[in-house]
Amino acid sequence: MTESKEARHPVLKVRDLKVYYETPKGDVLAVDGINFDLYEGETLGLVGESGCGKSTAAMGILQLVVPPGRIAGGEVLLEGHSLLGLPENMLRSIRWIKLALIPQGAMNSLNPTMKVCDQIKDVIIAHEGKRARKDIRQRILKLLATVGLPGRVYDMYPHELSGGMKQRVCIAMAIALNPTIIIADEATSALDVVVQRIVAQTLLKVKQALGVSMIMIGHDMGLMAQMVDRIAVMYAGKIVEIAPVADLFANPRHPYSQLLIESIPSLKERKPLKITEGITHDPRNPPPGCIFQLRCPFVMDKCRVVAPPGLEVKPGQIVACHLYQENKDGSMVNVANAAGNT
Amino acid sequence: MGGITFGYLARRLTVFFLTIWISATLIWLIPRVAPGDPISAMVARMTRQAGYVENSDVIIEGWKARFGLNDPLPVQYLRYLGNIIRLDFGYSLAFFPTPVNEIIGRALPWTVGLLLVAITITFLLGNFLGALLAWRQTPRLIKYIIPLGMIFTSIPSILAALFLIYVFAYMLDWFPMIGSYARGMQPAFNMEFIASVIKHGTLPALSIVLVSFGYWTLGMRGMMVTVEGEDYMHLARAKGLNPFYVLYRYMVRNAILPQVTALAITLGTLVSGQVLVEYIFSYQGMGTVIFTAIRNQDYTVIQGASFFVIVLTALSVLIIDLIYPMIDPRITYERK
Ligand SMILES: Nc1ncnc2c1ncn2[C@@H]1O[C@H](COP(=O)(O)OP(=O)(O)OP(=O)(O)O)[C@@H](O)[C@H]1O
Ligand SMILES: [Mg+2]
Repeated sequence: MTESKEARHPVLKVRDLKVYYETPKGDVLAVDGINFDLYEGETLGLVGESGCGKSTAAMGILQLVVPPGRIAGGEVLLEGHSLLGLPENMLRSIRWIKLALIPQGAMNSLNPTMKVCDQIKDVIIAHEGKRARKDIRQRILKLLATVGLPGRVYDMYPHELSGGMKQRVCIAMAIALNPTIIIADEATSALDVVVQRIVAQTLLKVKQALGVSMIMIGHDMGLMAQMVDRIAVMYAGKIVEIAPVADLFANPRHPYSQLLIESIPSLKERKPLKITEGITHDPRNPPPGCIFQLRCPFVMDKCRVVAPPGLEVKPGQIVACHLYQENKDGSMVNVANAAGNT
Repeated sequence: MGGITFGYLARRLTVFFLTIWISATLIWLIPRVAPGDPISAMVARMTRQAGYVENSDVIIEGWKARFGLNDPLPVQYLRYLGNIIRLDFGYSLAFFPTPVNEIIGRALPWTVGLLLVAITITFLLGNFLGALLAWRQTPRLIKYIIPLGMIFTSIPSILAALFLIYVFAYMLDWFPMIGSYARGMQPAFNMEFIASVIKHGTLPALSIVLVSFGYWTLGMRGMMVTVEGEDYMHLARAKGLNPFYVLYRYMVRNAILPQVTALAITLGTLVSGQVLVEYIFSYQGMGTVIFTAIRNQDYTVIQGASFFVIVLTALSVLIIDLIYPMIDPRITYERK
């Protein structure tokens, strides 16, 4: 397991990335030091409740943070090269070729005054230069077909499309240049369940056909389970656990991951929705120590003082929680269980 | 799909003619409910000029009969509508044998010309500067300079006109103070005449532009800021497009739409503002015609000129309304 991971080649490395929003009452620490790798051909899920900083993290990676936001620190390495501090014209030349985005809220992500074909065409021309009109037309029609859209969409304006169709136009656009990495920010969350499945399948199909690496942001754990290889669980600007999808579902370690997985609704057994006590802290002023302490059912004294470092409790499964400690012999122990007060 | 359907065109034309009919009716009605009447006014004027008019009562009665003022009001009204359809406004009372149409015919092209030039410049300049104000990549210096140019926005166009006349015509003598072209020159299509027209038109046009472009600048900046926050701007940036292309194809293209609507709404005000400016510059357009007519109590000319100004305004609004569906693909006019 460890070996195969080592053999895989990371296309994107995110190191201690911090994105803050400036507000009159102090900085909102929307993304506060996240670390992860994205391997070639892999799909990484990024989950977490609304407002935990998923989109902000995506913008930080894409170098699209706009004021009042700013990248406050860290490193984003694309194929080994740092993206931070690259001048805008250099960035522009790698945008969409290396990093494509399927935006959150695809409903409003298309320019209402441009035809679908022109919006796909402009990104092709911007990066590949002028082409014969017939070639571009063929290419766009093929892209539309790939995502299951009829050719008539070519000449349509966004307002003439349904939400699902717009979403698929965005997917077609994202794959137009065969990018290295696609970041899909809740590509399906605004859609009804049926269309959601169709779009998700389209995404999966496209991904398999192209072999791109993908970061899939969302909060639908059920959908994630089917789509991604690994999952990163985010809470209040930090990644609290990252693990292969099977491991995370079978054995979530972080109390917040456990909560997320428990809250997946199931038809077979009706369980009361579990609401944790305590409130989320003010994102401008996080408490010292662990970020989850206010809602954690297992909170200990240590949690209020020291922020837990990431610990690899199992190959590929990294948890940031004081509940887990490494013994001297390298084995893992659950502190809570050991103390017998679960 | 955008574009104009037949039904929309028909509806829009109906509104156009309805507007004109209602205004024509008001123009007819107001003098009839207002104190004083054209014929006594004319006799009074003749009295002033000649000292005494013999048999003025007889003259008044004679004219009343001749102009049909003794007929029942509905008959008068219908006859009036009939005349309007034939664009016949009768004769000027102040310059008697001259037909109203001739007076208006001389003035209208000047007004239309000045209006087109002034509004086009105002709209383009205002929106261009507004876009620059809001665009992130605009150099700082420009962003500081533009608001300085907007100091005229809060003053009335008459004051701006007087200021311009004082500075550029009186003090610097760069431009003539009044008129539409040099006195004594024969209107002709040659360089000399055109140069003279431009020279005479600069200050009137400038006083309209100066006081109104800031309005468009502020509006455009607001719209641009709104567009900047739209989701599609995010995607446009993520696509790595050329920033100038993003500026005009994504930002300005969308921000300008409400501005065009605003143009249609404010056209009436723009036209009446120009009427004042024309008068100050003795520009031989409709504004001057209307003011002179009011001073002379020249009812027929007032009637005719007001009617044409209304038609001009309604026509401009109609044109904008017909253009709008072509620039905003979301508008289809296929309801009902
Ligand atoms: N312009 C801004 N100014 C201040 N705070 C902001 C701004 N934009 C986002 N935030 C804050 O940053 C945090 C993260 O926002 P973000 O949009 O990344 O959340 P998210 O995880 O994508 O949520 P969702 O699932 O709802 O899309 C939130 O607490 C939000 O309030
Ligand atoms: Mg989001």
